[in-house]
Amino acid sequence: MMKFRNVLALIATLATTHASAAEPQSIVLASTTSVEASGLLSNILPQFTASTGITVNVVAQGTGKALDTARRGDADLLLVHDPEAEQAFMDEGHGSARRQIAWNDFIIVGPSADPAHVKGGSDSVAAFKAIATSQAPFVSRGDKSGTNTAELRLWKIAGQTPDVLAKEKWYRDIGGGMGQALNAASAMDAYTLSDRGTWLSFGNKGSLTVAIEGDPRLINRYDVIELNPRKHAGAKLAAAKAFADWLVSSEGQQAIGAYQANGQKLFNPSASSPK
Amino acid sequence: MHNFLEIVALSIGVSLAATAVATAISLPIGTALAIFPFRGRRLVVVLINAFFGLPPVVVGLVLYLALSRSGPLGSLALLFTPAAMVIAQTILAVPIITALVHRASERAWARYGDELTSDGATRLQAVPQILMIIRADLVTAVLAGFGRTVSEVGAVILVGGNIRGLTRTMTTTVALQTSQGDLSLALALGAVLVGISISISATVFALAGRARNAGSDEV
Repeated sequence: MMKFRNVLALIATLATTHASAAEPQSIVLASTTSVEASGLLSNILPQFTASTGITVNVVAQGTGKALDTARRGDADLLLVHDPEAEQAFMDEGHGSARRQIAWNDFIIVGPSADPAHVKGGSDSVAAFKAIATSQAPFVSRGDKSGTNTAELRLWKIAGQTPDVLAKEKWYRDIGGGMGQALNAASAMDAYTLSDRGTWLSFGNKGSLTVAIEGDPRLINRYDVIELNPRKHAGAKLAAAKAFADWLVSSEGQQAIGAYQANGQKLFNPSASSPK
Repeated sequence: MHNFLEIVALSIGVSLAATAVATAISLPIGTALAIFPFRGRRLVVVLINAFFGLPPVVVGLVLYLALSRSGPLGSLALLFTPAAMVIAQTILAVPIITALVHRASERAWARYGDELTSDGATRLQAVPQILMIIRADLVTAVLAGFGRTVSEVGAVILVGGNIRGLTRTMTTTVALQTSQGDLSLALALGAVLVGISISISATVFALAGRARNAGSDEV
């Protein structure tokens, strides 16, 4: 039977453990779906948690929704990939520091039958024009994610506006994540724009293959954004800064660069030389 | 899938907690609605039955806005925690359990009400006896509530955030695997989940059946 003194000691231990646990040792990271779905975060987070004791709870959303989550005060840190939407977020005063951590690229994938005859090129705008002319099915994310806005920017250069596209039968706005879009494109033999990370780790490609890659317009930048303490006093900013700093540190950059899926490197660390 | 058991445990834990809370709320309300007459009772019953098919994603959205740090309950810091999922599932289960308890209580009261109050006992004193009479229906009601909570995905993915190791349940895992194109893995996981929820329901139902048969000798 446990002595009274031992019980007291146990209670004291529990109380101090609880007191230290009351420090903000976990943060909510609102991130784009691609860094979660590609397996990057689940691969590098254990390294960060091991060296700092801080747990990072990842809520994976499209970039648009992630920024909104942070605006509402429901996240402590952001990891997103939509330069224009990020700039708007900073201009509104929600963010305090924005740093690029890595880049990779978007690709246009399509059915191997290639009805729009675009396969093998590197000009994304010419490919979009050819898809529109041939009225080959195209799947759009339609979810205000970074990939969705990148897609709409390309359509704009190709002379198409969202209003016109919405009326086209071949243009299919699915309102879903990257994986759902790839599932849909695979099922409908359609073209779609994908980030390379999700594509490489995606398991249901069907007849889809890469049609266009290597266009400088297809560069995909990932930024970490810390929140402005004046607007987000309730956020765990110190722990969030620790993770943001780790991501751009040599240790974090090495972890990002070392991650591979199916034997291929998915993200190029770029904190020291932003693309 | 090394954290499979963790996901199953979280899922069942959250759903059991929600079912327990919902039962505690629904039992007294469902029975009281059958036994105590008051103005507007019919309307309350209609409303509860109308909420039977409450769309989970709408419950999730409203709760999300309420629990958001900038929302009215933001200071509780519950968004993206298992507690938020328990609340969401409780809201979904209460109308179902209440409506089923009410229907059973109403039948029992119509049949035994006069008898139970004939010796001067009040309606309140008749409540435990009514609950005894409808105990088999109570099991069905609670199981229906559990089934609703454990199979739900729309509300828990919104208020839980599908955080690995914290709020990732069986249903949100299937959604995630599907979005990663791991259809066979999603399907396998789905089959396991179906098996687990069927076994739990069957076990509880069988136990209740034995209790029912044992009790029938006394009546």
